[in-house]
Amino acid sequence: MSASIVAAPKGPRALTGEHFMLGDHACAEGALAAGCTFFAGYPITPATETAERMSERLPQVGGIYVQMEDELASMAAILGASWAGAKAMTSTSGPGFALMLENIGLGIITETPCVVVNVQRGAPSTGLPTLVAQGDMMQARWGSHGSYEAIALCPDSPQELFDLTIRAFNLAERYRTPVFVMTDADVGHLTERVVIPPAERIEVWERKRPTVPPEEFLTYKPDADLIPPMPNAGEGYRVFVESLTHDEKGYPVITGEAHDKLVKRLIDKIRLHADEIIDYEERDLEDAEVAIVSYGISARISMRAIELAREEGIRVGMFRLITAWPFPEKAIRRLAARVKGIVVPELNYGQMSLEVERCACGQAPVVLVPHAGGEVHDPLDILEAIRSVAR
Amino acid sequence: MTATQKELLHPAEVLLRRDRIPHIWCSGCGLGSVMSCFIEAALESGLDLEKMCVVSGIGCSGRVAGYLNLDAFHTTHGRAIPFAMGLRLANPALKVVVFSGDGDLVAIGGNHLIHAARRNVDMTVICVNNFNYGMTGGQSGPTTHIGARTTTTTYGNVEHPFNLPLLVAGAGAVYVARWTTVDMRRLKHSMLEALLKPGFTFVEVISPCPTNYGRRNKLGDGLEEMRYYHEKTVIRHFPPLEEVDLALGEEIVVGKFVERDRPTFEEMLAKLTPQGGA
Repeated sequence: MSASIVAAPKGPRALTGEHFMLGDHACAEGALAAGCTFFAGYPITPATETAERMSERLPQVGGIYVQMEDELASMAAILGASWAGAKAMTSTSGPGFALMLENIGLGIITETPCVVVNVQRGAPSTGLPTLVAQGDMMQARWGSHGSYEAIALCPDSPQELFDLTIRAFNLAERYRTPVFVMTDADVGHLTERVVIPPAERIEVWERKRPTVPPEEFLTYKPDADLIPPMPNAGEGYRVFVESLTHDEKGYPVITGEAHDKLVKRLIDKIRLHADEIIDYEERDLEDAEVAIVSYGISARISMRAIELAREEGIRVGMFRLITAWPFPEKAIRRLAARVKGIVVPELNYGQMSLEVERCACGQAPVVLVPHAGGEVHDPLDILEAIRSVAR
Repeated sequence: MTATQKELLHPAEVLLRRDRIPHIWCSGCGLGSVMSCFIEAALESGLDLEKMCVVSGIGCSGRVAGYLNLDAFHTTHGRAIPFAMGLRLANPALKVVVFSGDGDLVAIGGNHLIHAARRNVDMTVICVNNFNYGMTGGQSGPTTHIGARTTTTTYGNVEHPFNLPLLVAGAGAVYVARWTTVDMRRLKHSMLEALLKPGFTFVEVISPCPTNYGRRNKLGDGLEEMRYYHEKTVIRHFPPLEEVDLALGEEIVVGKFVERDRPTFEEMLAKLTPQGGA
C-alpha cells in the first residue's frame, strides 16, 4: 500500500502475547496481523465488534476504517481498496452478507483478493439478530449468481477466529478471490484465551506481482497455476478490470466460448489446488465406529455428546470441518468407508450434511441433527443420534 | 509504427484503447462527445495519468471506462462510486473518476451518490444523463421527464424526476456543473475544473439518446436533438438550484452551479490522532 491518508504513530500490527479476548476482536486482530490496512463495513449484530475494533486499531497502524452507507457499498469499497494494493476486509452477518453477494460475484470474476467475515445469526430475514445459527453455509457456496468455487473457513473458537482470519487473507492473496470466514454468533461472542505469536512467526502471504513490463502486461493472463499476477492501480500497468466475461486482456467478449474458458479457469484455479486449501481436524477417529462431522460452535457442543457416548461404550470420534469450502470430499469418502454411520449436528435444517451425504456415496448412513438456531444443540439430542447409528 | 503514422494520430488517441474501437454506441449518441471532452480535460489537467483511475457502472455510459487507456474498472450496476472510494482511500495518490449514467448513478446507485457527496470524498463524477435506460432498450428512470414516452411509460411518465444538481449540492458536493453535449468547450472546461478541485465534484451532461429516447419523444435524430438543446439552453451560473429542474419542451439551464470549499474526507481522516497501540 502506498502512503496512507492517516499519518499515524505506528503501533504494532500483531498484539503479541496472551489475551482474554472476544471472538469478534480476535478476528480483527487476525486481520491486522495478516497485514489488513482497509476495512469497510456497516454495523450489524453480532458482527459489530469486529468493525468497532478495526475502527480503533486501523488508524494506529496507518490503515483506513470506513463505515459505508450499506453492505453493497462495503463490499464494493473493499474491492476498490484491494486494487489500490491494500489487504481489505469487511465483516457482517446474514442480512448484510445477502447484500454483499452481488459484489462478491464481482470479486470472483475480477479476481480481487479480499476477506468477508460472516458472523451467522438466526434467519431467514431479520430472524434472530443476537442469537446463533449456521444457516448461511450454502449461501457462501452458491449465493452469488453463476458458477464458481468458494473458499470458506469455519472457526470454532476465538483463537481459531484469529488464526483462520490470517489464513483467509493468505488464501485470498494466493488464489485471488474473496475468502469467507463463516463463523457464528456464539464463537464471535465467546471470550477466551487467545495467543498472538510474535509478528515474525506469523506466516503472511502476498499476492503474486507481474514480472513483465507494463507494455507486455495483460490484466488476466494466467500463469501455469491458472492465477494471473496482479499489479496495483497507479503503477502504470493500465489494468482493465471487467465485470463482463473477458479475455486475457480483460476486454469484454460476449461469446459462449470465451465464457466457458473464463469460468472454467476461475473454478479450476481453486479446484485443482483444493488439497492445499482444505483443512480439517480429526479426533478419536482411530477406533471409531461412529463419526460426527460438524463445525464451528456445533462441533464444540458435539464434544460433550462424544464424551457421553464413549462413557456408554460407543466408539465415536469427531471430524471437524475447518474448511467448509472447498469441501473435503476425499476425506469424507474415506471416513464413510470405515464407520457404521455419520452424525452431522448443525444449526440449520441440513446444509453441510447434504455434502457429507453426497461424499459418503452410500457407504454409511448420514444422520442430520437439525436445529434452527437461537440456541445450540442439547448434547443429548446428538447423543441420541449417535446411539441410533451405533445400534 | 512509422514516424508518418505517428503524425497521423489524433491527440486524443493517447488516452484511447485503440484496439477497442469501434465503440458500441449508436449513431447520434452523445457519449463519444462526452468521452472526447473528458480526454481533452484529462490531458490538459496536467494530472499524472498513470495515477488516474476511471471507474464505471453498468449501462451505455458504463462502457466509457473500457475505452480509456487508464487504469479502468467496469464494475457492477450502481456500485462504481463505492468501488472508486475504496481505490482512493487505500491510495490517496490516485485520482479517481467515475463515469456513468443517470440510471446507474442515481437510481440503483443513488444512495452511494449522496453519501459520497456527503463525505466529500475526493472524486470526480461525470453523470451522462440521457433520461432513460438506453442499454436495456429505453425504459424510464429517475431523470425521465414527466409525460415522456419510454418502453415502460407507454402512456407517459407520471413520476417526478430528480433535479440532479439540487440533489448532489444538497448532499454536499463542492463543485456542480451541467452542460449539454452541444457545449463541448464549456463542458471540457467544467470537467477540467472538476478534476482539479479537491473533494466531491459532479458534472451532469445532458446527452442525446436518439435510438431509445429521442425517437419516442419526437426529439428527432441525434442532430435534431442537438438543435433542440441549442434552442432550449440558457446559461446561468450559480442560479437558485430549485429552478434548474428539467421538463420536456422547457428551457434547459446549464452552467457552473456550485463551487465551494469543504474539508475533504481525506483531510478529515488525516486529522485522526490515534492513541497507543493496544
